[in-house]
Amino acid sequence: MRPLLLRLVFALALPVVLVAVWWVSSADSEDVYWPPLRTILETFPGVWTGERWRGDVLPSVLRLAAGYVLAAVAGVALGTLIGSYRRVRAVCEPVLEFLRAVPPPVLVPVIMLFAGIGDTMKIVVIASGCVWPVLLNTVEGVRAVDAVMTETARSYGITGAARLKDVVLPSASPQIFAGLRQALSIGIILMVISEMFAASNGLGFTIVQFQRSFAIPDMWTGILLLGLLGFVLSVLFQLVERRALGWYHGLRAAARRSR
Amino acid sequence: MRGGNAALGAAGFAAFLLLAEAVPRLGLVGEEYFPPASRIADALGTELADGAFWTALGDTLTGWAAGLAIAVVAGIVIGVLLSVVPYLREATASTIEFLRPIPSVALIPLAVLLYGTELGSVLLLVVYASFWQVLIQVLYGVQDVDPVAEETARSYGLGTWARVRHVLWPTALPYVMTGVRLAAAVALILAITAELVIGAPGLGARIAVAQTSQAVPEMYALIVVAGVLGLLINVGARSVERRALAWHQSVRGEVAV
Amino acid sequence: MLDVRGLRKVYEGAGRHVEAVRDLTFTVEAGELVCLVGPSGCGKTTLLKCVGGLLEPTGGEVYLAGRKVDGPPPGMAFVFQEYGRSLFPWMRVGQNVGLPLKRKGFDKGRRRALVADALASVGLADAAGAYPWQLSGGMQQRVAIARALAYEPEVLLMDEPFAAVDAQTRADLEDLVRRLWRERGITVLFVTHDIDEAVYLGERVVVLSASPTVVREQLKVDLPAERDQLSTRVAPRFAELRTHVYEQIQAAKRGAVTAGTDKPPPH
Repeated sequence: MRPLLLRLVFALALPVVLVAVWWVSSADSEDVYWPPLRTILETFPGVWTGERWRGDVLPSVLRLAAGYVLAAVAGVALGTLIGSYRRVRAVCEPVLEFLRAVPPPVLVPVIMLFAGIGDTMKIVVIASGCVWPVLLNTVEGVRAVDAVMTETARSYGITGAARLKDVVLPSASPQIFAGLRQALSIGIILMVISEMFAASNGLGFTIVQFQRSFAIPDMWTGILLLGLLGFVLSVLFQLVERRALGWYHGLRAAARRSR
Repeated sequence: MRGGNAALGAAGFAAFLLLAEAVPRLGLVGEEYFPPASRIADALGTELADGAFWTALGDTLTGWAAGLAIAVVAGIVIGVLLSVVPYLREATASTIEFLRPIPSVALIPLAVLLYGTELGSVLLLVVYASFWQVLIQVLYGVQDVDPVAEETARSYGLGTWARVRHVLWPTALPYVMTGVRLAAAVALILAITAELVIGAPGLGARIAVAQTSQAVPEMYALIVVAGVLGLLINVGARSVERRALAWHQSVRGEVAV
Repeated sequence: MLDVRGLRKVYEGAGRHVEAVRDLTFTVEAGELVCLVGPSGCGKTTLLKCVGGLLEPTGGEVYLAGRKVDGPPPGMAFVFQEYGRSLFPWMRVGQNVGLPLKRKGFDKGRRRALVADALASVGLADAAGAYPWQLSGGMQQRVAIARALAYEPEVLLMDEPFAAVDAQTRADLEDLVRRLWRERGITVLFVTHDIDEAVYLGERVVVLSASPTVVREQLKVDLPAERDQLSTRVAPRFAELRTHVYEQIQAAKRGAVTAGTDKPPPH
């Protein structure tokens, strides 16, 4: 184990250098498209606090959360159902493979037809794009429950809801989380483009407005904010995953050691 | 057993098509929102006879393939470089962890300003999104290199290039293939996104036009095409990956004995 | 206690027809420790799964305390060979042992007492908070045994439980099974392919033929109840019994047919 200080230097050195390079090289930039970093950072607080925080950022994040949670619940529930029965799986698989292969952004115009351009449309777009990786990974995870574990559960009379809760879902959880991770990046994409396509508020909408009105520093703050949002959500996801799958990482590490 | 599953799958697909025909016919959903499958098939036929459709398909595939190729080459080169040069992997870890989750759609306004509706816009988004998929897998793959093999190579005095070529690359190859498969799917999503939102020529732009002109069956027909394209890419990438993995495991098996 | 009558199991599938178990009849008395031993691939696991209600026999019946077995009965506990796959890696040791007790509707206090008692009697009183994969293979199998004990079964079924652990651990685990059997008076049906293990552990050894399986011989093990790895294994009577079983198994592999006897070889 390296000393903490050295690790800190390794973690921070490159980001600091990169920001410094950006700062210096753009310091007296006259190019409209590449404003000085200084200007961007000075613009940031004014743009994204107060009204826009409540009116654009929060609605976007809430819609993402609603659509994502909807997709996660539906994907795990349906995936467990389909994965538990061999015949159901055989019937559904080709259709599901096709639906998964449809690039999620094309859902935006379709769902606009049904649901207009309101919050419902965006939540449905996000949910129907995120559901496939969760669903298919759950099917795969539920299908692959170890035969010995299944027999153990059966011989000790662990059946029905208890079997689902204590055996099937935990056993499938590594795959389910892999699906949830894919779904998260798809969800962010759909959140942004559903707002770019048709909206009157939200992060995507506002950033495109800035670009169209050539408010370039403001646009750059939007890009930074979206990047930050992606980063924060990914960190949150990792925290949850590490907690939920602590056993799995431990098991893998134990298996590697004995290899 | 296999034949039975295929038959069930075909039955499932037939049922899906039947449902897509019956639901609008029975008036459960308005035909102006969801036309029956037969009308979508008609529109698909018309599309397939239209030269402009094939141009659009070509544009989409060009953006996809060019972007994917750049991302794969860059991902492999940078991944290997980071792993070979001492301390570079450690020094870049935090930066990669920060840049990777940045959604590529955040770059849309920048792409519009820089390239408008040209191919460059598509490439910017596609490359940014798929590059990380490849890079991360390359880094995983290099981590998996057997320390004993690496030590052996060193003790026989193999140089850096020879070690990369004979030890690192064969171990990492299956991971690289996984990365390429993931990147191929992501690249299609971003290519279509760029066309749909920015208006770069391609299937996505054609879908947007069909939507604004209320040509609903055409829009669904194009979405089916996008789905088939995605399916072909998935299936193709998966079979390439499986071949690479099979080769890998047979080699591993020999080592283990 | 356990009554197996005319058990037969045929696997059918894809035009193949494999008769794994032909005709098995034997009984296990209450409180008895019986070892089933047979040549490799003789359908021992199939047999045990039929007895445990995990597989449906093609013909014949299994009775547990007079009740016909048609599905895993609550009075049986199973210890599998693959301890690593039979314990749930997402649960700590204590949770693994306690999980089957929820089905019995015991309250929390009762469950906790049973878990602690079972873990203590396999020598793992301190391991309740660990995950199974943090333990060695032998300890994991102890956990699986503790889970079976806590379940308080009438009959304990063990399917080659020590085939995957090293020799020293194996000896310890054999003594553990003997001790638990004597302390708790449970009925044990123990399947193994190891002749020494069968003779060392069992009060009675049932020798099976090669597949399709029938009972070849039933042999009373007239060794003293107090056994230990050092003196028992070098006792002349142990050598006689194991030689006899060994010859039976060799004959079974060749496919020779002899009438089953209930008599031990003469002194």
